[in-house]
Amino acid sequence: MMKKILTLLAGLLLSFSVLAQEAPDALVKRVTEDVLKIVREDKTLQGADKSKLIALVDAKVLPNFDFQRMTALALGKEWRKATPQQKMRLSEEFRNLLVRTYANSFDGYRGQRIRYLPFTMSAGETDVYVRTEVLQPGAKPVQIDYNLELQSGGWKVYDVIIAGISLVTNYRDQFTREVRANGIDGLIASLATKNDTLEASAKAGK
Amino acid sequence: MMKINMHALACCGRRLAASSLFGLVLVSTVQAQGNPQDPYESFNRAMFSANEVIDQYALRPLARVYDVATPLPVKASVGNFFGNAGDLMVGVNNALQGKVSSAGNDFARLLINSTLGIFGLFDVASELGYYRNDEDFGQTLAVWGVDSGAYLYLPIFGPRTLRDTAGLLVDSFSDPVGQIDEVALRNSVRGLRIVDLRAGLLPADKVVEEAALDKYSYIRAAYLQRRTSQIYDGRPPRLDD
Repeated sequence: MMKKILTLLAGLLLSFSVLAQEAPDALVKRVTEDVLKIVREDKTLQGADKSKLIALVDAKVLPNFDFQRMTALALGKEWRKATPQQKMRLSEEFRNLLVRTYANSFDGYRGQRIRYLPFTMSAGETDVYVRTEVLQPGAKPVQIDYNLELQSGGWKVYDVIIAGISLVTNYRDQFTREVRANGIDGLIASLATKNDTLEASAKAGK
Repeated sequence: MMKINMHALACCGRRLAASSLFGLVLVSTVQAQGNPQDPYESFNRAMFSANEVIDQYALRPLARVYDVATPLPVKASVGNFFGNAGDLMVGVNNALQGKVSSAGNDFARLLINSTLGIFGLFDVASELGYYRNDEDFGQTLAVWGVDSGAYLYLPIFGPRTLRDTAGLLVDSFSDPVGQIDEVALRNSVRGLRIVDLRAGLLPADKVVEEAALDKYSYIRAAYLQRRTSQIYDGRPPRLDD
């Protein structure tokens, strides 16, 4: 019995370390192809009801993102003024908002192929760009770049840059303005209100 | 590197903003809280709101009809046609920025698509590996060392900076569509181009609408980031937080 458990544990540890060692470009490719395959095969995902798609993004994509880091990046200097509790709430609300944005971006998806640009990194690097392009007939490909950082649990995405526009730092102005006017709690409240409104209108739209 | 008198440009831009845009008097109050790149924020927000109304009642409905009613191959050909008309100036701008091989690519595209691609209706050049570049005179000015200047929200044209407004003026002078003699045809072609551009942005509407806490700031940040990326051909220097 004990031996079985030990074997199982050893197996688990091994698979964790294999996951941890997955290269950043391989990670981006695996997750992208996984999600796109599901979206291509399940046509109901492209309907007006986003809850299924959001659940899919939640399960497949989000575990590879570092939302604390993303929120800190979006907030800039103001982040340091937040208490641990506020940081947690902020990251939670920002995560919910970004998931929806990510899910909405599939509305324009018509089976376009993704090109993964050649990736190189020097040994010991812990902060990298992985570059991809969405190919579309007759038009210039759209760049989607991922910023990843090596953490104890493996590589985590902390920024997504679409056509040169960072989904994260694009919020810097709005967040700073809100924090200066109404404090960190004001920003948490306005994010929560935004998420509730989106949730409610999604339900009403069904 | 060529230096352009930024002051002269700024004056020209300011005059343009102050006199030709509904004769509004600009009070350039730099708000302590606002974005330093957006000193004319209250004016810009007014323009933004006006544009939102125009978009909601005229442009977006038109673009929707066009998007639904036009078969895909026709839409692709319309896009290709305007792309081809633009490739000449894309090439000129690449040449002005000293990117000779990119300019060669653009002129090759123009030649191939105007002939094999039947007056630009088909993008044969992309199939042959000559991909479309994205250049305009605003980017050329940036490469020459002109600062972006203040952010401006123009009626109809939308977000620009002072520099990009100057670029826009040069671009519209050199626009091949402007060479069409017959007024009705020229205006129809221009109208079609606007509708085609707007239709291309339809999928982004919902993303922006749902993602933004404040749509004006969201679009401003996105425009400024996008321009920086374009100026560096998609490889901007890294900014630290």
